[in-house]
Amino acid sequence: MTTGLFLIVLLGVSALAPFIRKYLKNSAGWIYAIWPFTGFLYYLSLLPQINQGHVLMESYTWLPALGINFSFYVDGFSVLFSLLVLGIGTFIMIYAGYYMRPYPMKGRFMGYLLLFMTAMQGIVVSGNLITMFVFWELTSVSSYLLIGYYHEKPEARASALQALLITGFGGLALLGGFVLLAIPYESYELSYILSNPDLIKNSNLYLPAFILVAIGAFTKSAQFPFHFWLPGAMTAPSPVSAFLHSATMVKAGVFLLARLNPVLGGTELWSYTLTIVGATTMFTGAWLSITQVDLKRILAYTTVSALGTLVLLIGTGTEYAINAAIIFLLVHALYKGTLFMMAGNIEKKTGTRDINQLGGLFKYMPFAAVVMILALVSMAGVPPMLGFLGKELIYEASVAAPKAHLFILTLGFLTNVILVFLSLRLTIDIFWGKEPEYAKTPAEPNLALVIGPFFLVLASFILGLFPSAMANPLTSSAITSISPELDAIILKLWHGFNLVLALSVFTLLSGLFVFKYRHKIIPAIDRFNIKYFRREFTRLFFQMIDAFLIFTKLKTKTLQHGYHRYYLMTLFVIASVLVWIMIWRADPIILELNFSDMPLNLVAVVILIIAAAISSIVSNSRVVALISLGVIGFGITIIFIAYSGVDLAITMIMVETLLVILAMTVVYHLPKYQNFSSTGARMRDALVATLVGSFFIVLVLQAGTSTLDAPISEFFKEASYTQAFGRNIVNVILVDFRALDTLGEITVISIAALGIYAMIQLSKKQ
Amino acid sequence: MESIILQIAARHMRPLLLVLSLIVLYRGHNEPGGGFIGGLMFGAAYILYAMAFGVKKTQKTLFFNPINLTALGLLVALASGIPAIFAGDLFMTGEWYTFFEHTAFELKLGTPLLFDVGVYFAVAGMLMMVMFSLMEE
Amino acid sequence: MLVLLAVLIGVLYGSAVYLLLRRNIFKLILGLIFLGHATNLLLFVASGLTSGKPAFLRGLEDETIGMSDPLPQALILTAIVIGLGVTAFALTLVYRFYKVTKTVDFDELSENE
Repeated sequence: MTTGLFLIVLLGVSALAPFIRKYLKNSAGWIYAIWPFTGFLYYLSLLPQINQGHVLMESYTWLPALGINFSFYVDGFSVLFSLLVLGIGTFIMIYAGYYMRPYPMKGRFMGYLLLFMTAMQGIVVSGNLITMFVFWELTSVSSYLLIGYYHEKPEARASALQALLITGFGGLALLGGFVLLAIPYESYELSYILSNPDLIKNSNLYLPAFILVAIGAFTKSAQFPFHFWLPGAMTAPSPVSAFLHSATMVKAGVFLLARLNPVLGGTELWSYTLTIVGATTMFTGAWLSITQVDLKRILAYTTVSALGTLVLLIGTGTEYAINAAIIFLLVHALYKGTLFMMAGNIEKKTGTRDINQLGGLFKYMPFAAVVMILALVSMAGVPPMLGFLGKELIYEASVAAPKAHLFILTLGFLTNVILVFLSLRLTIDIFWGKEPEYAKTPAEPNLALVIGPFFLVLASFILGLFPSAMANPLTSSAITSISPELDAIILKLWHGFNLVLALSVFTLLSGLFVFKYRHKIIPAIDRFNIKYFRREFTRLFFQMIDAFLIFTKLKTKTLQHGYHRYYLMTLFVIASVLVWIMIWRADPIILELNFSDMPLNLVAVVILIIAAAISSIVSNSRVVALISLGVIGFGITIIFIAYSGVDLAITMIMVETLLVILAMTVVYHLPKYQNFSSTGARMRDALVATLVGSFFIVLVLQAGTSTLDAPISEFFKEASYTQAFGRNIVNVILVDFRALDTLGEITVISIAALGIYAMIQLSKKQ
Repeated sequence: MESIILQIAARHMRPLLLVLSLIVLYRGHNEPGGGFIGGLMFGAAYILYAMAFGVKKTQKTLFFNPINLTALGLLVALASGIPAIFAGDLFMTGEWYTFFEHTAFELKLGTPLLFDVGVYFAVAGMLMMVMFSLMEE
Repeated sequence: MLVLLAVLIGVLYGSAVYLLLRRNIFKLILGLIFLGHATNLLLFVASGLTSGKPAFLRGLEDETIGMSDPLPQALILTAIVIGLGVTAFALTLVYRFYKVTKTVDFDELSENE
């Protein structure tokens, strides 16, 4: 039960964080960091157990009737991810605690971060698809709050909205995918689904389920063409970028794909889709990063590239590819977390993130510089950092890819060249190079700001130096979780002279070459991009949103026009036309036109009513209209009497009299009739009226000839005197059998009377 | 609208209509009539009077407020459902009690009659509220 | 007789619809009243036409055979009284509407919003 308990504690801390921030003062970050660190130690202690192949499961019933439970499923992959989320989360807490000091509402900010951490941790340990979805959406919502933290800035709000809309859209697709996925299993439990992978593959729901799940994963992990929200999200404070874009938020999509790899993976569709999307994203991200000058945006685009690489590797699915994916996941989380935090430090100390405005920082902050350079070395894939191992494995996987390996290899090579170039560029341009005029002399960042980057780089370094001793235990069971049939490869720093090593060397040389001629190459690429990639995705996205808003406004304006008669007309026309279509298409109805049995006096009454109705419509006098109304009422009274409705007749005659008096008192205050409508409008309305009226004629004729099964009134007739001691059945129904209805009715009329009384009193006061 | 004929008629009609409305109410269970019709007659008696003498004068002759009459009607109707609970039946089940038994005549009263009285008051009160409000303007 | 009553109900419904589509708010109320009448009559006719056999028990044998159906009548009775309440309410609304807006034209109202 520790997994669930830990999540609840984390959630509780996140809810408390905004309120206790002011008591904790400057040590807040360190105190918040205790919680993720505890979790980190817990999952670290699980590692030996997990490496023996154990899977920890917990379940709490939620909606058992629907198979929805709060289930947790902790295997090697979950543990690896938990360690990343909580480990990096620990340092982020310390970092953010110090970094956010000058900003308002820092307590709330810490609360959001912890909430986000809870959600992400929830995703990686979920054992039920619906549980996972809930946490998945929680990451979207909390990242919205984090990205839009500077909510006074319009661009921060726009970026946050963009991220929310895209990941939210993906989340909905994902829910659909999960529901479809669960249909063949009749269960949402991950443990059951993972142990029967073939059930969905043999089902014809595979295709839709795969498409929807893929959309969910691709949007979250910023895959092409959804990649643009991630660079946009760089408006967030640096701790957010460092956390969301290194190990958490954007990796959730990758996590999902890897998690479902045993179930959905292994098909042609899966490998082609993931390979193509991943490779495109990998290259696009790297390519677009070349011309960026904002340090954080450069990092954001390389993150997009890295995510593409991960998707590509999962799609390839070979032993090397899965190994490479897990190692690269680790590599990337470690160096990207460092780089984002350092980017925040540099901005804090110099006031800018524009790399053209930076330079010569080494002499001001040598320690921080070494940390950042080591992270860049890891990004470039140079030994002895773990990044080297990652890149080697990617190359091996590309060479050994079953399909299209030349395509993958080329794009992978180009991407790595760009990464090498960027590492060199950031190292040289920021820490050496031309020194601009700084507003104030930059200094070494505070301990809280560098402790995180330092430990992450240290981890990367140690794991790189002792791969088989340190990195293998961490990743081996994660690899078997993703692909049960595959084994972990024993990691070595030195592979001997082979094709892969040659590629690595060639990559480095090419990167150097690009760096040397960067002043010519970058403008050339810039021109190329402007010429061929003019339309930015972000702009396109907001244009789409705008178009959608215009469309909805137009729709609302058309449907909600505010003219009562057009609402009514729509209703009448549609209803009666539909009914006419039904009548026309149904079996021919036989209308019994029986003209016998027509007492002359009643015929006269009916004709009188019809004449009165016409008179009240066409009359130009309100008094005539009301008198005609009275005639109609009394005519109906006579019909009631003629056909045995005695009580009805008495009530009707009273009500009709009072109604006419009532209407007269009101009409007295109203102005004379004016002609508002044109003749055309009258004709049109008359047509609608005829349509409705004629339908009712058919209805009555039909109803008069159809016989119903034993009407319930037989009971009333039987029981009226024997049980209710009343001979007037209508009255007995009103006051005894259906007394509750009558009670409701007199309540209604009392309320109407009160309403009238109130309205009149109100007008008296004015 | 000061019509002598209407005033004289209204003055004499009002008590007659009130008595008639009570008769209609009572016989409603077995013959045509009932709370609705009785209530409408009750209200009509006062409306006729108001038409002849004006609302202000009519209100002075009233020993009750129409709002209270409506409320009383609702209350009585609601209360008529309660005896059934004590008799162990569902709320609003009709309960009958014989008060006077003779070979020729028996007086049976039941909660449905009480309910009808409630309807009678509610309808009359509502009618008076509405009409007085509008006629006063 | 049914044919004639059917025509009558059709005419009443048609008139109601026509009046409801008018811009004058008072005609709208007239339409509402018409709609009530038409519906009451529709219910009444649909329950079957029985002449001379109202739903009263006299204690005779087999008297319920051919008796008019009391249930629709009870429903209509309720509907008539509720109709009175609703119409009165609507009339008062019209009155207040005119007092506040000084117009009886619905379109002017929606344009002035």
